[in-house]
Amino acid sequence: MKKKILIVDDEPNIIVPLEFLMTQNHYDVQTADTGEKALDLISRWKPDLILLDIMLPGMDGYEVCQKIRQEKEFSQTRIIFLSAMARSIDIAKGMGLAADDYITKPFANDYVVSKIKELLGDTD
Amino acid sequence: MLEQKIIIFVSFGYMGLLFAIAFWGDKRAEAGKSIISNPYIYALSLAVYCTAWTFYGSVGAASTSGATGFLNIYLGPTLMMILGWPILRKIICISKINRITSIADFIASRYGKSATIAGAVTIIAVLGIVPYMSVQIKAISTSFQLISQYPNVYMVQTATTLSGTKDTAFFVAILLALFAVVFGTRHLEATERHEGLVAAIAFESIVKLVAILSVGVFITYGLYSGFGDLFAQAGRVPHIRQLFVMEVNAATFTGWYNALFLAMMAIFLLPRQFQVIVVENVDENHLKKAVWLFPMYLLAINIFVIPIAFGGMMYFFEQCSSDPVCKQTLPQAFDGILEFANGRVDADYFALTLLMAKQQQGLALFAFLGGMSAATGMVIVETIALSTMVCNDLVMPVLFRLPFLKLEQQSDLSRLLLIIRRISILVIVLLGYLYFHYVVEYYSLVSIGMISFAAVAQFSPAVIGGIFWKGATRRGALFGLLAGFFTWMYTLVLPSLAQAGFLSRDLLTYGPLGVELLNPSHLFGLDVHRLGLNQYTHAVFWSMAVNIGLFIGVSLFSRQNAMERRQATLFVDVFTSSVKSEKSSFWRATASVVDLRTLLERFLGKTRTADALALYAREHHINWEKEFIADAGLVSHVEKLLAGAIGSASALVMVRSVVEEEPLGMDEIMHILDETQQMIIYSRELEKATKDLEAANVRLKELDRLKNEFISTVTHELRTPLTSIRSLAEIVHTTPGLDTQKQHVFVGIIIKESERLTRLINNVLDFQKIESGQIQWQMTRLDFKEVIEDALFSTGQLIKEKLIDLTFDISTLPGIVSGDKDRLIQVMVNLISNAVKFCHAENGRITVGMQVKTKKTGGNGNEKGGVTVFVKDNGIGIDKGDQEIIFREFRQVISGSKGRPLGTGIGLTISKHIIDAHKGRIWVDSELDKGATFFFELPLLE
Repeated sequence: MKKKILIVDDEPNIIVPLEFLMTQNHYDVQTADTGEKALDLISRWKPDLILLDIMLPGMDGYEVCQKIRQEKEFSQTRIIFLSAMARSIDIAKGMGLAADDYITKPFANDYVVSKIKELLGDTD
Repeated sequence: MLEQKIIIFVSFGYMGLLFAIAFWGDKRAEAGKSIISNPYIYALSLAVYCTAWTFYGSVGAASTSGATGFLNIYLGPTLMMILGWPILRKIICISKINRITSIADFIASRYGKSATIAGAVTIIAVLGIVPYMSVQIKAISTSFQLISQYPNVYMVQTATTLSGTKDTAFFVAILLALFAVVFGTRHLEATERHEGLVAAIAFESIVKLVAILSVGVFITYGLYSGFGDLFAQAGRVPHIRQLFVMEVNAATFTGWYNALFLAMMAIFLLPRQFQVIVVENVDENHLKKAVWLFPMYLLAINIFVIPIAFGGMMYFFEQCSSDPVCKQTLPQAFDGILEFANGRVDADYFALTLLMAKQQQGLALFAFLGGMSAATGMVIVETIALSTMVCNDLVMPVLFRLPFLKLEQQSDLSRLLLIIRRISILVIVLLGYLYFHYVVEYYSLVSIGMISFAAVAQFSPAVIGGIFWKGATRRGALFGLLAGFFTWMYTLVLPSLAQAGFLSRDLLTYGPLGVELLNPSHLFGLDVHRLGLNQYTHAVFWSMAVNIGLFIGVSLFSRQNAMERRQATLFVDVFTSSVKSEKSSFWRATASVVDLRTLLERFLGKTRTADALALYAREHHINWEKEFIADAGLVSHVEKLLAGAIGSASALVMVRSVVEEEPLGMDEIMHILDETQQMIIYSRELEKATKDLEAANVRLKELDRLKNEFISTVTHELRTPLTSIRSLAEIVHTTPGLDTQKQHVFVGIIIKESERLTRLINNVLDFQKIESGQIQWQMTRLDFKEVIEDALFSTGQLIKEKLIDLTFDISTLPGIVSGDKDRLIQVMVNLISNAVKFCHAENGRITVGMQVKTKKTGGNGNEKGGVTVFVKDNGIGIDKGDQEIIFREFRQVISGSKGRPLGTGIGLTISKHIIDAHKGRIWVDSELDKGATFFFELPLLE
């Protein structure tokens, strides 16, 4: 069975390449453009990994992360922050919320893919 | 026959003697045994006031108008000494404390050590004194020519003798200048005083007094048997008898008081008088004796003026009656010149010519010497005083501003200072010569001297007002001085130049360009004849009126800066002030001792610096070996030492260049300011200023934080399009066999995101431009509908893609505004693209509207018409609390707060700046989840 990845970002033009990459690497992909939609999808669809933007309209990425981690069910779900906020204070804050990684935008495709594979134990 | 060789030998011998006295005086001063430190020498040195004008000119004036003609010139100083001594004492006291070097320094120092004032006073003084200088040159050269042709007393007025006079005058001028150079600028004084010079001047005063007394005694008791006999005989000559009574009419009355006033001012405002009375004063207590000694001297030197005049008149009128030419030309009222068949006799020189006619060779030579003494004394002291002013207040400030001279790096400037002073002396004397050469021959000695008196009287409001009225400001003084000076030039100098033929004489008859109102001889139609004003009274009336008027008027309406206020207190409260002089310009200044020493050495030389510092160390128990940092006391002391050499304004600049002033703590300020009542007022101002500063500091910190926020926001916004560009480009680049349709979509996104990136960068640049005010607004008259159309044209694609339902609510009235079309389009595009971005995702709706409110529809007649434009979306809206913030600099509503993040915050900030520049206002009306409407309003043009 394919592993499931949820992409949360409000910029459609960033979702496009990410979706393509995940599909290319044989993952099942869903997307959400707000934190609320993301939480809804997570509880219903139960993805294995979430690529999470921080600057979202309404609820921001940090809050989404916090909410996920509060649920026992999702304590093992992998979370990678994917954000244009590149200051060390932003990264520290993200990692402090028990995310698995923090990748700054713009990113190298290979790096994102290899990180995901590493976290999901799909290393070949 | 008196050989010229002998005359020249005696003259030079006399000069040599003076020089020896000066040399001896300096030596004694260096040895600490001052010879001038007594009130008698001081009083004698004040008598430098009596120049050739007194020696020769008074006799001439007495011959034409009796005692009325000359006494006021001496009554003025007498009154000033006796009644005005509190003023003099105050000036002396102030000058001692502040080490004042000249009248220019004094006035500049009072008005905040202003270099501009110092320069203005210097220029006025130099130009004002030039006519006076020429009087001395004329007197020496004429008397030299007379004594050379002994015993012939008639001056032949031919072209050759005239040019002969001019040649003599030229040599006289050069010699006088050289003497002045030798006397005054042998070395630069660490102090501003010249003891040897004062000794020589005092000696000169004795010589001229003895000379005129000898002449007077000879005439009164040699030619006649005493005053009674002389006056009895004089009474029989009709021309003389009419001088016995003062003819009182409007003209003589105003003229007499005018001259009295000018003389009162001249006694302490003439640069040389200021030099001897104030600068060279050794001990303030000497003034007490000089107050009656000096008037005694004036009385003595004037006692024989009338006998000499009458004696001369009796003798030469008798000659005249036997001379056919003279008999015919002698006017009813004697005007001072007798035209004989073989030349003319000028009443100015009766003291000399009468003795020559009576074959008194030795006495005539002595009289010549006395006259020369009077003239050289004036020229020497005057040029030394003026050259100090020119050097310190005119030339050095300019030289220091010329970067290519690199004066800052010169290690020793004392030689340069001396050279400048010497050149200034030469130039000033030469100016005097030129004035003599071209103008003076048309005037008598006294009338030219009055021109100079009127010039220096212009200093009186600034000086007297300055020491008694704290409210007098720098601007007031400057405006008064300049206006007075220009009026003086216009009403006195210009006519004298016109008289000499440099300008058309029509000027005096019809006014400049025929404008009668501006006629320099009766300005603004002042009826000079009915008021009995002569040329001088008229000039003094107008120049003093504008001077005093502007001095007081401008002072009342201008503010003093801190330095002015401090100097004003220091001057006005000199006797009572608790502001210590040692705390002069720097309150809490420190400087390195080495820097200060180097600075002093540059102007005073090594030895004088070492002496001065050693003295200071002894007095204050300081060991220079251990002292590296100079305290405020030493800094002020150095400033004073320098002020003695280069004047206070320049000294302040020099010291400031090496001093670091510590920021004042609040406690410190309070402590200093508690000292006087006056200063408590300043402390309030200071407290307020400190609060303002604190507020400004907070604001700056806030700005700094916002700037950081702005940078991180902008970079965040730049990263977003960059992310999709990079990622998609990598995919296109590395995916083999990517199907063409996908490839097309991906590259399309790359292009679009690149455009977004470009827009973003342009926005940032625009923001920067608007923020720093560099933008050039292209204001034109336009209908705002065009702006809306153009904005929709460029955003149309965007709206279409998002399938947004666009509606309009646009008034049919034309919305005419004055604006920069491109910038207004930018605002509309910003608002529309924001709306597009944050519209409801599925069924977005945007309304663009425009309402026109004319004056009539505005109801109230006073209300201005306006054009209101709005862009309404149905997005998630903006929280009430954030609605203000979004327009502010560097702000955006970022995640964390409820509502939408606003792209780059700068889009709205730019829009606000643009609307503000159009005198409009911009605002938003929104509620969370209910969409947002952005409004802006611009003033309607019609």
